[in-house]
Amino acid sequence: MDQLIFAAERATYRFAGHDRDVLRAVDFTARESELVALVGPNGSGKTTLLRLLLGALRPTAGSVRILGRPAAEWNRRALARLAGVVVQREEPAFPLSVHEAVRMGRYAHLGSLGAFRAADHDAVRRALARCDVEPLANRWVGTLSGGEWQRVRVARALAQEPRALVLDEPTANLDIRHEMEVFELVAELVHSDGLAAVVVSHHVNLAARYADRIVVLEAGEVRAAGRPVDVLTKDVLEQVFDWPVDVLAWRGVPQFIPLKRSDQP
Amino acid sequence: MKESGGGVVRWAGLGVAVVATAVVALFVGPADLPPAAVWRGLTGDADPTVTAIVRDLRLPRVLLAFLVGGTLAACGAVLQALVRNPLADPYLLGLSGGAGLGAVLAIALGLGGAWSVPLVALLGAVIAVIIVYRLAIVAGNVLDTRVLLLAGVVVGAFGIALMGAVMALSPAAEIRNTLLWILGSFSGASWQSVSVFGVYAVAPLGVLFLLNRSIDLLSLGEEPAQFLGADVEALKRLLYGMASALTAASVAVSGIIGFVGLVVPHGIRLAWGHTHRTLLPAAFLLGGVLMVLADAVARSAFAPLELPVGVVTALIGVPAFLFLVRRWTS
Repeated sequence: MDQLIFAAERATYRFAGHDRDVLRAVDFTARESELVALVGPNGSGKTTLLRLLLGALRPTAGSVRILGRPAAEWNRRALARLAGVVVQREEPAFPLSVHEAVRMGRYAHLGSLGAFRAADHDAVRRALARCDVEPLANRWVGTLSGGEWQRVRVARALAQEPRALVLDEPTANLDIRHEMEVFELVAELVHSDGLAAVVVSHHVNLAARYADRIVVLEAGEVRAAGRPVDVLTKDVLEQVFDWPVDVLAWRGVPQFIPLKRSDQP
Repeated sequence: MKESGGGVVRWAGLGVAVVATAVVALFVGPADLPPAAVWRGLTGDADPTVTAIVRDLRLPRVLLAFLVGGTLAACGAVLQALVRNPLADPYLLGLSGGAGLGAVLAIALGLGGAWSVPLVALLGAVIAVIIVYRLAIVAGNVLDTRVLLLAGVVVGAFGIALMGAVMALSPAAEIRNTLLWILGSFSGASWQSVSVFGVYAVAPLGVLFLLNRSIDLLSLGEEPAQFLGADVEALKRLLYGMASALTAASVAVSGIIGFVGLVVPHGIRLAWGHTHRTLLPAAFLLGGVLMVLADAVARSAFAPLELPVGVVTALIGVPAFLFLVRRWTS
């Protein structure tokens, strides 16, 4: 049975001093061998939900559990061995080589003296190969293209040998090929390696094709959740994105097309 | 892999530099001793005056300069990762000014001897860090590193100004020499100050080195660091605490010496990369070498008059700072 990794139950979050909840009574789960896409307009609370799931924020009401334990109680090292995370923005303060960057994925596995063992070197090599960034190993990360840097960060997350991947807009600013490559890689990790994946994406059509489940957030609340075909309806999309759309079925998967003003009746 | 290979030559080079500068520094001084006499003084095979000059004046002085230089350089490297800005060091972030004020207050108020001065200096450094940090947090929880450095310089300057006032008004004769405190000097070095420094600095240096992997993570940014396994808030507090303790110990034995913590880590970063497992020990060794040389220049350039060593480090450090500012802002 694929194990339940992340589980939020009526999770609510409000920033201190604000008078409005950023998230309200959100239910969310992600289990192994499952790719869950989190979609919604800007400011709908996607990144905040990820932070709650990862114990970086503590829900003001409701609960968030990782493997059954409250997320905020997890020790950061233990959590880094369970979940590999690629955050939205990351700029190293000093130049690093790709190899050094990916090695950092192992830090949560090292002993107190911080020495790399054979297993650590192996994990780094496998992660570099898996994400096709071996040829870049000696490049400075500052010289990489956006797509290369994303793949390097996914490689670093894989070096953590996690059971779950959490990716916040991993394909922002990528061209089509690199975007497809990231989704292909994540789908393969989920379906052949059995990882759980939570992916925040603005690309609803790609999410519809790759995700096993989609959770649609709107103004801090779950508007719809379930299989793409059940969730991505004209009603839901028009309401959530506040724009008229058409939804087509393409090989059984819903794909939506935002309408131009001249398209509209 | 990359970590062990290629570095052997560099480590050997640093080792040679350490030994060579120590030897040169031992042979330089206002008492114009020929090399043979210095050697006999070291081995104890000379007349008592020469033996005393070499063993009780020069040897502890060279050793203290090495330890303080290394410590300030390692502190600088850690502070740069902490504030994610290559322009940080204990002096620019105001730690030295706070520690200096604490140290002279302790002496002026007669709060015990050599062993308790570093503790009051630590209190001063910690208060300075907290003020600098508070000033730098603008608009909610966002730490602006440019404002942080500005706040550091301002708080440091204020601490130094108050130091001057305390010293000018103090009845304690031993701290009347304002110049040596504010610009740093090893003229008071003794085996006691070496011991005091050693006792206060060994544990924090060990902690910093043991945390080298976490410091790497922190330089990626707080959020990535957290998700790669660093307990960021606890780590930051610990690192600021250790850097404060080390700055306090340095200032208590040798006054305020700027720029070593800024320049040295950069030299190592350029040649050696940014992984703190090598950066910290290499910066320590190079910082020690540089300080021993600076001190040798300070006491021999205008002998028998002595320059404050901070003047020498500033002569090297200020141009380097300007160079780094240009590179950083372009």
